[in-house]
Amino acid sequence: MTGIEAAAPALAPKKQWLTATVREVTDETPRVRSLVLDVPGWPGHSAGQHVDVRLTAPDGYQAQRSYSIASAPASGTITLTVEMLPDGEVSSYLAGEARVGDQFELRGPIGGYFVWTPDLEGPLFLVGGGSGIVPLMAILRERAANMMMLRDGGAKGAAQPASLLFSSRSYDDIIYRAELERLAGQGGGLTVTHTLTRGAPAGWAGLSRRIDAMMLTEHGFAPDLMPRIFICGPTPLVETVAFTLRELGHGPKLIKTERFGPTGK
Amino acid sequence: MSEPPISRGFRGRGNAARSARVPPGQHLVDDFPVLSAGPTPPVDLPNWRLSIEDGDSPLAEWSWAQFMALPQTDLIVDIHCVTTWSKLDTRWRGVSIDALLEAAGLSEPPQPYVLAHCDGGYTTNIPAEDLLDGKAMVAWEYDGEPLHPEHGGPARLLVPHLYFWKSAKWVQKLQFVDPEVPGFWEENGYHIYGDPWREQRYDGD
Repeated sequence: MTGIEAAAPALAPKKQWLTATVREVTDETPRVRSLVLDVPGWPGHSAGQHVDVRLTAPDGYQAQRSYSIASAPASGTITLTVEMLPDGEVSSYLAGEARVGDQFELRGPIGGYFVWTPDLEGPLFLVGGGSGIVPLMAILRERAANMMMLRDGGAKGAAQPASLLFSSRSYDDIIYRAELERLAGQGGGLTVTHTLTRGAPAGWAGLSRRIDAMMLTEHGFAPDLMPRIFICGPTPLVETVAFTLRELGHGPKLIKTERFGPTGK
Repeated sequence: MSEPPISRGFRGRGNAARSARVPPGQHLVDDFPVLSAGPTPPVDLPNWRLSIEDGDSPLAEWSWAQFMALPQTDLIVDIHCVTTWSKLDTRWRGVSIDALLEAAGLSEPPQPYVLAHCDGGYTTNIPAEDLLDGKAMVAWEYDGEPLHPEHGGPARLLVPHLYFWKSAKWVQKLQFVDPEVPGFWEENGYHIYGDPWREQRYDGD
C-alpha cells in the first residue's frame, strides 16, 4: 500500500458498471422522457443522488454522462428523466431513440451531499428549474412514501412542511405536472408553486416571471425556521436563487445546490 | 470481464471525435460548466486573505495586494471534470504554489499532504508534491479576465492534472498536514486522489 491509500478512509469496493434494460418509456413533455430501468444488482440509493450512464455503439465507441435519479429509494426501481439537449450525444439517445428492451450501462449511486433522507429535520424548500426538477422529484417521492409509513412511526422529516417552487419555460414544458398536482393534493403538507418564464397560456392564474426575492419569500420559509433548501437547475437560475436566499438571511450551510450547463455569460 | 451491452441505435459522434488529450470516459465541451455544492460567496477583496499553515501553525498570509505582487505565472492547460466534461487549452494566470512556498521562506513543503480550505467551508485534499514544480497555482485570471465568482473568483486553486473538484474555488488557506485529511467530496464518495487518466472518479476506483 502506498501512503495515499493508507491515509484514505475505509477503502470502498469499486462501483461496477451494471447492465440496465429499459422496462418502460414515458413522455413527460415534448423534450423530456422518463425511462424506467431494470438494473439487476442495483445496490439502492438515496433521494437526490445520480448515476453515470455509458452507451456503447456497435463499433465499440462509448459515451458517458451523469444523470439524476428520479425515482424514490422506497420505490425499488431506477427511473431516469432525461431532457433532450441540442447536440446532446447521450441525451438524444436516452430521450429520443431508446425503446423498451434497449440496454446500456449504469454505475452508481453517486454523490453523498445533495441528498435528502427522512430523518432530516426542518421544513423543506425545493427550488427547481426545468429538468433540475429530477432530483427534487426523487426527494418529493421519497417524502410521500415516508409519509405513508409515518403512521407506523416513520422518521420526523417527512412530517415537516415542504414547498416546491418550480420554474418552467411554458405550461407544456412542466415536467411531472400531473404527479406534482396529485402529491400537493393529498394533504401531506406540500405546496407546489409553478412559474412560467416564456409565456403563459390564456387563463393561467399562476406566476409568470423568473424566480425573484419576492417569490422566494412568499413561497419559501422564514430563515429562523432553518429550512433545508435544495436548488437544482441551469447555472444562472441556481446562482440567482442561492445568492438571493443568502441575502434573505438563509445560512449557506443549509443551501445545497446542483447546477448544470454553462454560466451563460 | 464481460463485454458491455451494445446500445441499439447508438452511434454517437464516433471515434473521430476522440483526442489523445481526452482521458477515458470524458467528452469535450466548448463552454465552461459550473459545479458547486452551495451558494457562490460574494467577492470581498479588501478582506480577502490567502494563508499557508503547517498543521495549526500559521506560516504566511497575503492580502490581495500582496498576492498580486508575487511572481505571476501563465498556464495553458486542459481541464477534466469528474462529471465527464473536458476542456482543452484553458488559459490561466496566477501564483504557482512554488512561488507561494518561496515567498513564505520554505524550501520544501512542511508536510506531505495539503488540505485546501475555501470560503463557504469547501475543502479538498491533495498530496503536496502534486502542487509543486509548476503543476499547480492559485489562479485569479481566466482567459484574460478576472476569474468570475461562479468559477471560483477572486481566486481558486488550479491543479489541472487531477479531476477539477481538486481545483478548489474560492480558496483561502492551504493547510499542510500529515496524515492526509479527506476533503469535502472525498468524504462524499469521490476518489481520494482523482487522476483522470486512471479514471479515479469514485471511492474504490
